[in-house]
Amino acid sequence: MGGHEWRNEYAKKAASVMSEVSYSQALNMALREEMRRDPRVFCLGEDIKESTYGVTRGLYEEFGPRRVIGTPISETAIAGAALGAALVGMRPVAEFMYMTFMMSAMDQLVNQAAKMKYMFGGRALLPIVFRTMAGAGRSNAAQHTQSLETWFAHAPGLKVVMPSTPYDAKGLLKTAIRDDNPVIFIENKLLYATAKEQVPVAEYTIPFGQAAVRRTGEHVTIVGLQRMVEIALAAAAELASAGIEAEVIDPRTLVPLDLDTIVASVQKTHRLIVVHEAHERMGAGAEIIAQVVAHAFDYLDAPPQRIANPNVPTPFNRMLEELSIPSVAQVVAAVQSLLS
Amino acid sequence: MSTLPSAPSINREGLNDDQLRQFYVTMLRIRRFEEKVKELFLDARLYGSVHLYIGEEAVAAGACAALRDGDVISSTHRGHGHGIAKGLELGPMMAELMGKATGYNFGKGGSMHIASLDHGMLGANGIVAAGIPIATGAALGFWIRGSREVALCFFGDGGANHGAFHEGINFAATLKLPAIFLCENNHYAQYQPVTQDLPVSNVADRAAAYGIPGVIVDGADVLAVYAATRRAAERARAGEGPTLIEAKTYRFEGHFLGDPESYRAKEEVAAARTERDPLTRFATLLTQLGLAGAEDFQRYDDAVRQEVAAAVAFAESSPEPSPDLLLTDVYDVDGRA
Ligand SMILES: Cc1ncc(C[n+]2csc(CCOP(=O)(O)OP(=O)(O)O)c2C)c(N)n1
Ligand SMILES: [Mg+2]
Repeated sequence: MGGHEWRNEYAKKAASVMSEVSYSQALNMALREEMRRDPRVFCLGEDIKESTYGVTRGLYEEFGPRRVIGTPISETAIAGAALGAALVGMRPVAEFMYMTFMMSAMDQLVNQAAKMKYMFGGRALLPIVFRTMAGAGRSNAAQHTQSLETWFAHAPGLKVVMPSTPYDAKGLLKTAIRDDNPVIFIENKLLYATAKEQVPVAEYTIPFGQAAVRRTGEHVTIVGLQRMVEIALAAAAELASAGIEAEVIDPRTLVPLDLDTIVASVQKTHRLIVVHEAHERMGAGAEIIAQVVAHAFDYLDAPPQRIANPNVPTPFNRMLEELSIPSVAQVVAAVQSLLS
Repeated sequence: MSTLPSAPSINREGLNDDQLRQFYVTMLRIRRFEEKVKELFLDARLYGSVHLYIGEEAVAAGACAALRDGDVISSTHRGHGHGIAKGLELGPMMAELMGKATGYNFGKGGSMHIASLDHGMLGANGIVAAGIPIATGAALGFWIRGSREVALCFFGDGGANHGAFHEGINFAATLKLPAIFLCENNHYAQYQPVTQDLPVSNVADRAAAYGIPGVIVDGADVLAVYAATRRAAERARAGEGPTLIEAKTYRFEGHFLGDPESYRAKEEVAAARTERDPLTRFATLLTQLGLAGAEDFQRYDDAVRQEVAAAVAFAESSPEPSPDLLLTDVYDVDGRA
């Protein structure tokens, strides 16, 4: 083999190992891999053949009309059909393009899917993924910007997953599809195109309930949900130039929640801030802080803080909308006041 | 033997010449307003999720002309035409699309949520089919009070597959509420051709399931839409209950501004633009009836373009809402709305 050929071979191999992909492409890879791996896996949802954000793009062409099913605008039927198909041994992945449309399907999601296993005395496997997209930031106004993760986290029986990177998106979606419980899998509108990274082409999964420490630091712990991880990291970078080292934790899954990692961090830093896009009132921040207080009260040097949507629907006007989403400046200011 | 073409004999539905001309002007106002919206969006002078109504103007213009003051409408994500036909002014509408403080919703709603209760416009809506039960509720209010208003709901062919369609219409039918359910079948729900999601030939066929009349009209024919809506409104006011009207129409633009439209052939759109343009059709009719000529059409167009330009100037020179507005209006504090 000549030197050139060898290099080409090597380059090809390297390319087959890692690939630079966006968040939506990573999700697409996960769906494709799992559908190839298990004929019981199928997708259903509105316009999933065209796929506005590209997550299900090309799947219809590969897997055909019995495994990639474009549905009418009938969210109750989408959720219920996923549940019913699971009861006869299928592994559905149902899509609701915006989280707001899940509100049309709450009976099937919460009264049926979440409780069925328990009501049946444990005698049911419900391997369903309900994929959806949350988050504000694109002037979509009040109905198309909701982050409703805690609504679902509040329903025993559902797992709630919120990946913040392409790598996690792929690994967590594969885990969600293989999980035998209903999983609410929340994607993010802005991350679809903006988040890009090297993702292994090869098989990997990420277990639920394992937080990722995105940055280590000793002065303050910042827990960020999904896109707020980016905001927390940007704030941490800014704070670092002032000599403040923030530890940034991405829980990745809200149910189950990796409390140990958060508590261990707070035991080190003695300060906690939780950042999420959902409304502040009764949000995930309240739960995380309550748990930390219960488990690490003696370690806290200051009252834990939440930075979240200020309990208002998302306004259309983009300046008002921006004010409603947690910002880097808010996180920086909160850290500074915690430390002062 | 006369060589002059005779005026077509049409049923004028008791409308006088000016009322007929007004149909054209209303459609033109919607058309020019939306053309401007598209232009501004492409120039990044306007933002958000915008769904254009171009091609469907005859439905809103015909239907709203059959309503009276006091009657109400509920609308959809594609609601600009409904608002204009119901009497909303172009200035505050444009301002709302730009998120300005002078918009109908003070910039908090945007295109998908324009509302003006003063005009009987109960809101555009980001949720497909959500306006159907809302119209049922408005009709219920009129029915309880024993007043003579009607509620009309615009919704799409895609909306006819949502559970809210069945529940809302069935409820209205059981009490014979004064409601009109007007389906704008533009042949697509986002990217899905209507045939894929609708196992029956017509949305109107579903009326039989609720024991109410189902009427099909040509949605490019403003007079036909008017006539059907007027009959439905008379029925509703007489206590005979709701009607389901299906207007067969076509949207000339993409589902939303920015839609690459890979799901339909360019030729299909081009053909609709030449064969099914409600403005061209009605202009031809007005000409044949001798009610308007080239000069009149030019005059209408100049006036409407001026009105639209004034709306843009008003909107662009209007202030952004003050940051305090972020936190207001979540709850009522003084009962004055
Ligand atoms: C309950 C709900 N599901 C899905 C959507 C996303 N969506 C917005 S418009 C649309 C298509 C609506 O089609 P149709 O009712 O025919 O109205 P058209 O857009 O053709 O005017 C869809 C699926 C939504 N807004 N609401
Ligand atoms: Mg349609």
